[in-house]
Formats: sequence, C-alpha cells, structure tokens
Amino acid sequence: MLLRQGEPAAPPVAGPAHRLKAGTRGDGRLAAAFLAPALIGFGLFYLYPALRGAWYSMTDWNLLSRPRFVGLDNYARLLHDPLFWNALKVTAGYVVLNLGIQLLAGLGLAALLHRLTRSLVLRSLLVVPWLVPNVTTGLLWMWLLDADLGFVNHLLTGAGLPAQGFLTSPDLALPSVAVITSWSGTGYTALLLYAGMLLVPRHVYEAAALDGSGEIRTFFRVTLPLMRPILAFVLVVSLIDSFQLFDAVAVTTKGGPVNATRVIYHYIYEQAFTHFKMGYASALALSLVLVLGVLTFVQMRLLRASTSDLA
Amino acid sequence: MNKAHLAAGALLLLTAACGGGSGGSGTDDGPVTLTYALWDDAQQGAYQQCADAFQKANPGITIKINQAAWDQYWQNLTTQMVSGKAPDVITMQTTYYPQFVKNGQLLDIGPMAEADRIDFGQYRPGLADLWVKDGKRYGLPKDWDTIAIVYNTAMAEKAGLDLGDLTWNPADGGTFEKALARLTVDTSGRRGDEPGFDKSKIAVYGIVAELNDGSQGQNGWGDLAVSNGFRYIDKNPFGTRYFYDDPKLAETAAWFKRLMDKGYAAPYDKKSSLGPDVVLGSGKGALGITGSWMIKTYLGSTEQKFAFAPLPTGPQGRKSAFNGLADTIYAGTEHPEAAWKWVKFLGSTACQDIVADSAVAFPAITSSTERAVAAHKAAHRDVSAFTSQADAQGGTFLLPVSDHGDEIDQIVGTAMEEVWLGQKDARTALTAANQRVNALFTAGG
Repeated sequence: MLLRQGEPAAPPVAGPAHRLKAGTRGDGRLAAAFLAPALIGFGLFYLYPALRGAWYSMTDWNLLSRPRFVGLDNYARLLHDPLFWNALKVTAGYVVLNLGIQLLAGLGLAALLHRLTRSLVLRSLLVVPWLVPNVTTGLLWMWLLDADLGFVNHLLTGAGLPAQGFLTSPDLALPSVAVITSWSGTGYTALLLYAGMLLVPRHVYEAAALDGSGEIRTFFRVTLPLMRPILAFVLVVSLIDSFQLFDAVAVTTKGGPVNATRVIYHYIYEQAFTHFKMGYASALALSLVLVLGVLTFVQMRLLRASTSDLA
Repeated sequence: MNKAHLAAGALLLLTAACGGGSGGSGTDDGPVTLTYALWDDAQQGAYQQCADAFQKANPGITIKINQAAWDQYWQNLTTQMVSGKAPDVITMQTTYYPQFVKNGQLLDIGPMAEADRIDFGQYRPGLADLWVKDGKRYGLPKDWDTIAIVYNTAMAEKAGLDLGDLTWNPADGGTFEKALARLTVDTSGRRGDEPGFDKSKIAVYGIVAELNDGSQGQNGWGDLAVSNGFRYIDKNPFGTRYFYDDPKLAETAAWFKRLMDKGYAAPYDKKSSLGPDVVLGSGKGALGITGSWMIKTYLGSTEQKFAFAPLPTGPQGRKSAFNGLADTIYAGTEHPEAAWKWVKFLGSTACQDIVADSAVAFPAITSSTERAVAAHKAAHRDVSAFTSQADAQGGTFLLPVSDHGDEIDQIVGTAMEEVWLGQKDARTALTAANQRVNALFTAGG
C-alpha cells in the first residue's frame, strides 16, 4: 500500500545541449499542450474540490439541503469534539505502530535479502501481499483473527494458550490493524530499503572488512548510515500513508470497540457519509491537511538534511 | 486507494455543483421506465415477478430493479438524490426515512392514496401509521418482521430442554437463564449449571447474542427491556424525547453483561465479529435471538439443525419488536403518476401474494401473510414463533422512529459497548448517552 502515489521520478534523460536552451514560441506552445492534460486534471479533480471543500467547511450542509454559511462554527466545534481528539490520538498510535513494524521488519528482510540471496523469485514474492486489494486483505485477516472461529486462535488454544479477541478487545484492536496493514506493506518497504542497500558501494564494505569489522557492526556503522536518504524517503511516504488508514478499519473493526480504532480518516468518512454532515467533515478534512502539512514540512527539512553521505 | 477516494470525492462534489438543474415535464405519455431500488437480493426474484405482472397490466411502463447491498444502499441513495437522479420508487426503512422526509426527498402520496381509496385496514395494524408525518403520507406498507429465539435442536435435546415457553426477569434471569446455563458446555463436557463448570474454557456458548445492535437492540436487549417495562420514546413515530436512562433498560443491559461474566455468552472483547448466524452455524453456540428475515438462512443451514421458539415472557409479558418496510416515491421523479401506479401495485394483494408464495418475507397485507405462512408450512418450515407473536394481543411493539436516527444509533451503540466491555456500569453509560441523545432534539436540528 506504500508509495502508490509517490513513485520516484525517473531522472531526466540528458539530450543534446541545444535542446535544453528554452525559448522559441513553438516550444512554449508544445509545452503548454503537454502540460494541459495534467493541469486540467489537477484543477478539476484536486484544486477545485479542495477549494469547494474549504468553502463547505464553513457551512452546515447535509448534501440534500442548501449549504448554510456558519463561519468558523465547524472549527470551533471540532476543538471541543472529544471524538476528533480521540481520532487524532488513535491515528498517531497507529502511525507509530505501523511505521515501527514496517521499518524494523522491512530492514530485517532487506538485510537478509542483501546478504543471503539475490533471488528474483523471493523479491517478487515479497510484494505479493502488497498487490492484494486492501479490502480482501482486511476480510482475510478478519477471518484469520476471529476470536471464536479464527485460525490464529485455533493455533493458540491448540498450544494451550488462551484465545484472544484480536479485533474485539479495545487493547488489541489497534495493534492488530497495524499488523494487518504491515503484513500488506512490509514487503514493499523491504524492497525499497534493499534497493537503498544496493547503492552502498562494494569498496566501502571491503574497507570495513579490512578494518576487521564484523557483520553486525558493519550493518550498523556502515550500511545503515549510508542508507539515510532512502530511509528518510521511506519514512516520509509511509508516514503520510499511515495517516490515511481507512480500508482495513472499515472492513475489520468499523472504528470499534468503543472508538479504539476510530482513526481520523474513518471519522471523517462517518461524519460525511453516515451522518451526512458534509460541512463538519470538510472542516475535519482540512484540519487533517493542516496536520499533514506541518509533518511534511518537518520531513522536508529532514530530507534536505540528509543528502547522501556517498556524494 | 487514496487516489480513488479523492477522485470519488471530487466527482461527488462536482455532481453536487451541477445538480438541481434537472426537472421533469411530469407527463406520463409514451413509454416510461421506472427504477425501483431494493437492498435484499433474496427478495429480488419475488419483486421481479411482481414487476412482470405489473408490466403486463401496464404495457407503457417498464420496471427496472436496482439492487444494492444494505451497506451501500443508503450511501448510493443519498448521492443519487444529490445529483437529482435517484430511483423513482425506493424501498424504505424506518430509521432512515425521517431524514429523507426532512430534506423533502420523498413524495407525499396521501392525496393519491385518498383519490384511489386505498384501504389501510387491509394492512397489519400499526404498519401504515409509521409512514405518516405531520399529516403527510410517504409510503405504503410492504412487509413486517418480528423476533424469536433460534436454537440448535440437537443441543436442546441433549440438554433435555423444552424452550417453548420460557420466562425471564432481570434479577435472576428466570427459566431463560437456567436454559442458557444448561446449554453452555465447557471443554470437559460440564454444563453451565453443573459443579466444576469452567467458564474460561467454553466449547459451546449458551447464547450467541447480537449485542452490537445500535440504538434499538432489535435482536435482543430491546425486546427483553420492553418486556421489562422499558419505553424508548415519548411518542412514536416522531417523538422528541428518549428514555434510555430508564432503570428498566439498565437492568436488562446489566443482565446481558452478567451472562458474559458467568460464561454463558462470549465475553464482548472475545466474541466473534462474524455475526451470530455464522457462529451458530459453526456449532459453537446453542441459541440466539433473531428476526423473521433470517428464517430461510437458519432453516436452510446444512451444518446444523435449527428451530424457532417464542421469546421468553418478561415481567410485562412477551414482547417482540415489530418493524416494517414501505415503498416510497422519490420527490424528484419525472413520472409521479406511473410511480404511484407501481407503488399501489406493490402495496396490493396482487404483488404481496406473489411475495407471500416465495416466502421471502411476511407481507404487510393480513391475507397475504396467511399465504406466506401456508408457503412456509408447505416447505415444512415452522415459523409460528414469529407469526403467533405478531397475532398476540400486546405481543409486539413498534421500533422508535424519529429524527437523528443515525446519530442516536452511534451514541447508544457506543454506550452499550462500554457496558459490555465493563468500562462503565449500565446506569452511568446509558444516562450519559440519553443526555446526548435528547440534546440532539433541543439543539434545534
């Protein structure tokens, strides 16, 4: 589920020098023609709805009525809405869990791939869970983790351990959702990190080996520091992606038990399409944009600070 | 996924921006195609037969049935209304219809019903009144449902139990709780009422209760609470004050919680999220409380053999929730006259007898109900637990209909979860929920 919208751009193909000199009117028109579809798409499907959303966030609107301007009422309400703050808290908890699991497990898998095998088959297998549609993944795990009839509990009780309500206990529900989404995303993260590891030149390892550095020491002192750009990149993308958790929750827990998994996206969805409070949902969505904006800004700084040490 | 969401949202906003421009000429000359929305795929066949019969009698009108699953149905409907393109005739349910009425999306069919002299006495008492607000009528009754006990016949037999006439009270649970104790079996084969019973190792739960049941508890706590003297709302339909802080309800909720504590029901945090019918079908539970719309699901089970029994008799008698659906007309339809013809047909014996013969629901018309019972009997299905309850004097109560249904659902549903999880006691949780519910009406919504 990682990175679907943030594919790294291919490096520009360097053409003959005179081509790069911008200028003639014909080129400008051509550029406009090429840019137009993207710009129109962006304007129509992103910019315009976003502006409409900003307007709706200042109205009372249930889709069927006429939007009624209420100023900043929705935002004032939001500040005093315990469910909004709960949703932010739950989302933050999920982000930490999901990032933690994916980064640690991804690094581990990438290191194993890097040191032990170059198998293309294995690498392909790693991304298979990522290719399964999220709703299917959710349903699959809902059955696997079911408290009464699930396979995982069948194994637990078979081993003499007590059965667990993975998706129905307020303590376990959120970690379980994080495990489900990590199952789906870790392979892809691992592949990215693996690519980052391949960028570390062989001669650095040779030098480390000559200095008598062992396998583990080399990993922590050489591999990891030199992977900083790719690590930062993975972090940015997974963070934003984690904030947008929706499908797994919608399928498995629907925000329950007692709001334990009511993440911000699910809360917005519910306000908009269950309660038809479009104005309030828009205000919630815009606050999320604000939160994500701040986080992204912080991370951009982080990214800029981590230009490769290999250069 | 995220892109898809954004795009869907954008489209929605666009259609919202462009909507409102359509308007019909209102004439029904020439061929007309009506769209008819329903959610139950099991009923689609029966209503297709109705449509075929209707088309034969009205050659100018074609009926196109639009079926969408329950979870998407209401969302679809709302977005279609936003774009001014909703189905002409809509199967409606009581929790959702007030908000459509409030927003002027449903047609007042009162004048047409009056002009055509619709006999409301042909429907089961109470059903037709549900669809009237402020003197305007929005629907013709189509079917009804009641609640009963469903149990695994082999397990009941093995336990030596006759479940035909149980009693219940919130203090000691009456013979109902005794039966649940007896039906519960731990992994070493001891029953819930036997010495040495280990509630931490359960093989078969006495009851698989539907506790995640919104604000009405139609499939369990609501029925028992009413049999304990609980009343939901000051006036039905369209009351404005709820009584969720009634101690009679709190006692009932506390009793359900005690069932979990005693091991007769799965603890809420360790219960299956797959639905009672799945758990009962797997043989990990002996008994449940269910609605008449589930008759064919249970009696058609290939893994287990089930039968139905009436709900237990509470301190105020035996009470089952009684609910019904109706056919309504979209206010924005371009063919109101043709739509009314179809609704009138759906609400007549001609169509309801067809539905009765396929035994997918109990039709609203009393004589058609009898046909449905006969159809069940012919298929060797005993459904008397549902029908005798509907016939019994004072045996049923109507589920509350009011504004803010979806929000009340969530507030009370969450409060109940807090009770089931033991986070709050029933009195505290329900009193707080009731304040929030009633605040919805005073806030001037």
